[in-house]
Amino acid sequence: MPGHGQLFDYLLRLGDNGLVLAQRLGEWVGKGPVLEEDIASTNVGLDLLGQARLWLAYAGEVEARDGKPGRSEDQLAYLRDSAGYRNLLLVEQPNGNYADTIARQFLFDQWHVLLLGQLTLSRDERIAGIAAKAVKEARYHVERSTDWVVRLGDGTELSHGRMQAAIDALWMYTGEMFAVDATERALVDTGIAADAAALEPHWRSAVQAAFDEATLAVPTDSWMQGTRERGGKQGAHTEHLSHMLAVMQSLPRAHPNAQW
Amino acid sequence: MSSEWPLWEVFIRSQHGLAHKHVGSLHAPDAGMAIKNARDVYTRRNEGISIWVARSSDIHASSPGDRAALFEPSNDKVYRHPTFFPMPEEVKHI
Repeated sequence: MPGHGQLFDYLLRLGDNGLVLAQRLGEWVGKGPVLEEDIASTNVGLDLLGQARLWLAYAGEVEARDGKPGRSEDQLAYLRDSAGYRNLLLVEQPNGNYADTIARQFLFDQWHVLLLGQLTLSRDERIAGIAAKAVKEARYHVERSTDWVVRLGDGTELSHGRMQAAIDALWMYTGEMFAVDATERALVDTGIAADAAALEPHWRSAVQAAFDEATLAVPTDSWMQGTRERGGKQGAHTEHLSHMLAVMQSLPRAHPNAQW
Repeated sequence: MSSEWPLWEVFIRSQHGLAHKHVGSLHAPDAGMAIKNARDVYTRRNEGISIWVARSSDIHASSPGDRAALFEPSNDKVYRHPTFFPMPEEVKHI
């Protein structure tokens, strides 16, 4: 039977993915390429933030099962440093140009929708319930980001070039999504977590189909960052996360327990 | 960039509404994205169950200058309103 620590860690992984990506999307607010897109991508960010709250609130409850004072969702979000974060390296990458943002979103969404689909079957009822709610949102997210990949990839010479460059640059962060470490293995074996490795063929065929339509090339696999149990899921992040957290956490850290 | 995208009029059918109602307009490169954008711009607060979009350039309107000719002739024709029928006492809620 896996310990509460492992479940806590897994819930942080789920929650931190949403929280970090939501913060990144939030950085576009007021600066989107068009008004409609500004609102649409912010909606996606808010969906992810809502999911993160559910995962982190549950994580706090699990933490309290060991007799420790369980942290609230706000404490978990605002008072952990980057080494305490468990999100994938992919989602913390900077926004770049809009093709970079769309590429990051697309690669994540295609994985996220598969993961949540599996998590609806979790033996942990709370996980299954959150996943059932979140997967509906993720289905829309993946439809939207795939649409943009096709439009930009099969668009002008400039948009095609930027989309391909964005995919090429982010590809090395995709391997981590399917790397299963001891924490996840123990939870998969007890039917609580989803087996991320089993998602890979489905993810690859969905990505391939979209790239075919978008006239984009799937990059050749090279070194994948964050695999071998030393990546975002284990708290070893790229330099970008600390900078992002500094902005995100500055207010609650400067004014602890501020209310508004 | 947005000036290159055509304008679309958005119509939403609300939860209890029978007909689609005009709610506003937005820019989008084609109908598919116009519907997606309409979903994000106009149905965030659970306003609708169905969306129509139409190119603004495809909507033809009556001219405000024709108002007198078009609408005023019906002003003095009260007999066109179904208010001259005696209603039986037993019939309620009409």
